[in-house]
Amino acid sequence: MAAVLAQNIVKRFENVLAVNGITLAVPDGEFVVLLGPSGCGKTTFLRIICGLERQTSGNLIIAGDIVNDVPPRARGVAMMFQSYGLYPHYTVRNNIAFPLRTQRVGRAVIESKVDWASRLLGIEHLLDRRPRQLSGGERQRVALARALVREPTALLLDEPLSNLDAKLRASARQDIKQFQRRVGVTTIYVTHDQVEAMGMGDRIAVIDRGKIRQVGTPAEIYDEPADRFVATFVGTPPMNLLTHNGAHLGFRPENFLPKEMIRGGDFSEFSFRVDRSEYLGSERIVYGAIEGFDSSQPITAKLPAHGAEQTLRPGEWHPFAVRNKDLRYFDQDGKRTDRH
Amino acid sequence: MATIAEPAARTASRFRFILDRREVLGSIFVAPAILYVLLLVGVPFLLAVYYSVSAYTIYDPSWRFVGLTNFRQILQNPVFLETLENTFLFTFASQLLGLILGKFGALLLLRPFPGRKIVRALIILPWAVPIALASVAWEWMFDSLYSVINWTMITLGIIDRSEAPNWLGNPHLAMLCVIVVNAWRFFPFAIVIFLAGITSVPQDIIDAATVDGAGFWRRNYQIILPMIFPIVAVGLIFGIVFTFTDLSIVFLLTNGGPINATSVLGFQGFQVGILSGDVSHGAAISLFMLPVLLLMVVGMLRFIRRREI
Repeated sequence: MAAVLAQNIVKRFENVLAVNGITLAVPDGEFVVLLGPSGCGKTTFLRIICGLERQTSGNLIIAGDIVNDVPPRARGVAMMFQSYGLYPHYTVRNNIAFPLRTQRVGRAVIESKVDWASRLLGIEHLLDRRPRQLSGGERQRVALARALVREPTALLLDEPLSNLDAKLRASARQDIKQFQRRVGVTTIYVTHDQVEAMGMGDRIAVIDRGKIRQVGTPAEIYDEPADRFVATFVGTPPMNLLTHNGAHLGFRPENFLPKEMIRGGDFSEFSFRVDRSEYLGSERIVYGAIEGFDSSQPITAKLPAHGAEQTLRPGEWHPFAVRNKDLRYFDQDGKRTDRH
Repeated sequence: MATIAEPAARTASRFRFILDRREVLGSIFVAPAILYVLLLVGVPFLLAVYYSVSAYTIYDPSWRFVGLTNFRQILQNPVFLETLENTFLFTFASQLLGLILGKFGALLLLRPFPGRKIVRALIILPWAVPIALASVAWEWMFDSLYSVINWTMITLGIIDRSEAPNWLGNPHLAMLCVIVVNAWRFFPFAIVIFLAGITSVPQDIIDAATVDGAGFWRRNYQIILPMIFPIVAVGLIFGIVFTFTDLSIVFLLTNGGPINATSVLGFQGFQVGILSGDVSHGAAISLFMLPVLLLMVVGMLRFIRRREI
């Protein structure tokens, strides 16, 4: 059974269509990432799930019950906010206990559950501090403990890592994922960061302008993008797109290699003019243009850091190639097609 | 090795950039304010302190020192004790009423509705209208014959004409009246304070409380109110200090009557010290406010500091 099931959810704010018919089923225990650019409606959708916003139309079903008009407190979902939303005037202990207090749970039960949640996240030693005395990473753990203490049907996370610095973010990503595996709680995670999405999601739902463009595993999203938006939104640098007779041909930068580096298999050859190249330590990104094709973006090739720098001089044309199995075709509307 | 003579270094005048120095410029800017406070607050205050321990009256302007005799005398005066009681009742009842009205007014004004901006502007009126003008209007509303409040209640059949209350004639009702009028004057200020406080609470925290299962009351009294408490307390200190020392409403509405039932410290100090010319006792009455207010303000500020988050 799906823990959370959204059926054609639409949300209209005055004259803005924030969510434009999202249908999504999240099975029990799954980690789903909603990925999209800012303003695409992913946070609004999350707020609809937890009941902070009422959808204009569509059904929301949580654990088998239609909850369209059920207030947040009765939905059995927990949410962790971008800025954590910790209560500054409460100690960590009281922050974690708050969701239980609102449900009039007995004192002894509260104590044991707070204990359980704080041990789970390794914050037992912080229980008597106030939020302002905590570091960013500690605050995040407290917020997570507060969200989990009620053992919710679904855990909703709204860009939980965006307030952490880059180093901490990597370890926090690891923490959240491991911990979700251990607890097995159904999780819906909103982010605009594709690294987070690819690294954490069992499945990713790519959202653009209030609509889901594609739902799939990270590998499906990356290798078999359903349309041009997904192809160019996921991946750094994004998929190269060549326009030809209104249709599009796409290939990932790491599949676009000097011809001599391709061994075996069918491939398509292009003449590539190198404009500049960036050395990034572990790899080299080469920017340029392909003869005979229009492209709004510079074409990029992702090469090993060493080996090719001698031969790829700026301003010169080189034979490059892509294996045919790595070519993707999109029609005039940007939808994926089999063969051009 | 040849040494090359260095040209003599020029020194700028010590005073040339004197205005660039923070401590100099700062002192110059702050000086008028300090002077103002010293002359208009400090000197009269010291004068009042001296009056209160002297036998000075306008009929006998002697500076004879009498120690704490004046204070001993006013403390033995039952009218003064009643006045002291009235002052506390007047201050705290009107502040409490004002705060409650302010809290709910702020919650109402936070919700968007057509014409909200106009209502927000109008709600400031009680605070902005000169108190003399407002008191005249209230006086008519509480008038023994023409009271619009009584007229409304009689017309609606709530009371009979014969039992219409004499608002300003009955000691208890008169106290209620000055309290209500003062609360009416204070509540726009309370609304502004609450609005500022509530809008400063991050939406994420309110949302988190909602998702955590808190309903309207719990959100307001366990999350929002404790968070904005420092702001409200500062507003409350202002309100208490102003009300405790205020005499205008009592002076205009009841003149301390009936039979001292609404007399407050500021009013009595004015009556004894200025109207009756007994400057030393008037000063003693007025100075009685000082330790009370001082203790209250220090206590509240410490409480706020402890609650600071």
